[in-house]
Amino acid sequence: MTRPHKKPLTARRAGYLVCPSCDQLARRIASRGLRCPRCGEKLYLRKPRSVSRTGAYLSAAAILYVPANLMPIMHTSSLLGAEDDTIMSGVMVLLNSGSWPLALLVFFASIVVPLAKLLSLATLLLSVRYSWRTQLLERTRLYRLLEFIGRWSMLDIYVLTLLVALVQLRALATIEPRPGAIAFGAVVVLTMLAARSFDPRLMWDRQGQP
Amino acid sequence: MPTPLTTALVACQDCDLLQHEIVLPKRAVARCQRCGAELYRNRHNSLESSLALSLAAAQVFVLANCFPLVTMEIQGEIESTTLPQAIWALYQHRMIPLALLVFATTMLAPAIEIGAILYLLLSLRFDIGRAYFAAVFRFVTSVRRWGMIDVLMLGVLVSLVKLAALAEVIPGIALWAYCVLLVLSVAMTASFNARDVWRWSRERGR
Repeated sequence: MTRPHKKPLTARRAGYLVCPSCDQLARRIASRGLRCPRCGEKLYLRKPRSVSRTGAYLSAAAILYVPANLMPIMHTSSLLGAEDDTIMSGVMVLLNSGSWPLALLVFFASIVVPLAKLLSLATLLLSVRYSWRTQLLERTRLYRLLEFIGRWSMLDIYVLTLLVALVQLRALATIEPRPGAIAFGAVVVLTMLAARSFDPRLMWDRQGQP
Repeated sequence: MPTPLTTALVACQDCDLLQHEIVLPKRAVARCQRCGAELYRNRHNSLESSLALSLAAAQVFVLANCFPLVTMEIQGEIESTTLPQAIWALYQHRMIPLALLVFATTMLAPAIEIGAILYLLLSLRFDIGRAYFAAVFRFVTSVRRWGMIDVLMLGVLVSLVKLAALAEVIPGIALWAYCVLLVLSVAMTASFNARDVWRWSRERGR
């Protein structure tokens, strides 16, 4: 039995589609192929194939996460010898050079954020898959946080870019990029795509349903 | 074509709750009653001030890409790099996907964003190029989240600290240009939003 008074009025129930680009509401006069009357964007009730797309991006990111952290991202050769640096050893170098606030920043952006994104997006996906009813507000906030902080993981890529360009002193020291950096960049892009394809409204759709 | 509605209703993009729009005081934010997502703001921007900001951003962006970001001096050897040169260095090390990623996020996306916003605002201001208005709007909405100048700035800062252990580093002109660009682009992002753009469009009878 339905209890209409318990169901909040959503755009879906009222028969509207919401434009993802310009927020315009449009009447759902057909089940597919509609475009925003204002900006012409394709309209969907929910992001198309949200769960499977997010899952696919997320799996790819999880696989690449391993080489991204284990393989060296850069190679330094100097008078003192040569060494390979991974993401983590880069953080340790910063820590040993005495700039612990920056070490903390890089640790957070390069290690905590990608891992937290993988785990939280997986949790959000499971919560939709198994229709969890609780902590809707917390899960929605988590999603917004993920969308906001995801891009900051690119930090290490930019640091590497500058170091490679600047430290080319033939006699003294050179820094070269290593393939681990490509894997790391791919993890950042894939987790951003995964967050984009996830639709938080799927979590709310169950509310008020028996 | 579905019929456009009056602006009296607004739906939350995060939880789909349908709500009545309210009139906001200046600089206030309307949030979703159910999930707290930002629905809209009253930024009371004018088209002219947005246009001025984006013109300034376009000029500073050119400066930021032409001048060196960082100059480094070590035992008489001087090395300096601009952002395009740094990306080219990655390319020469056969890190082509990486070079493309850095190029796309620090040069291409910001350039498209600034260019497209200029087009939209000029189009509104002088009533030209109406045919492509909606298409350019959709394009810039999807591209702008890939621009990462703010992250790049932090990256430059971290690499300055890393290099300071090795050599004498001098922040270049482009670094200051990027700092200005960052402030401008925050202001531009605040002033160029879907709500205001379509309000300006409506006010001009388009």
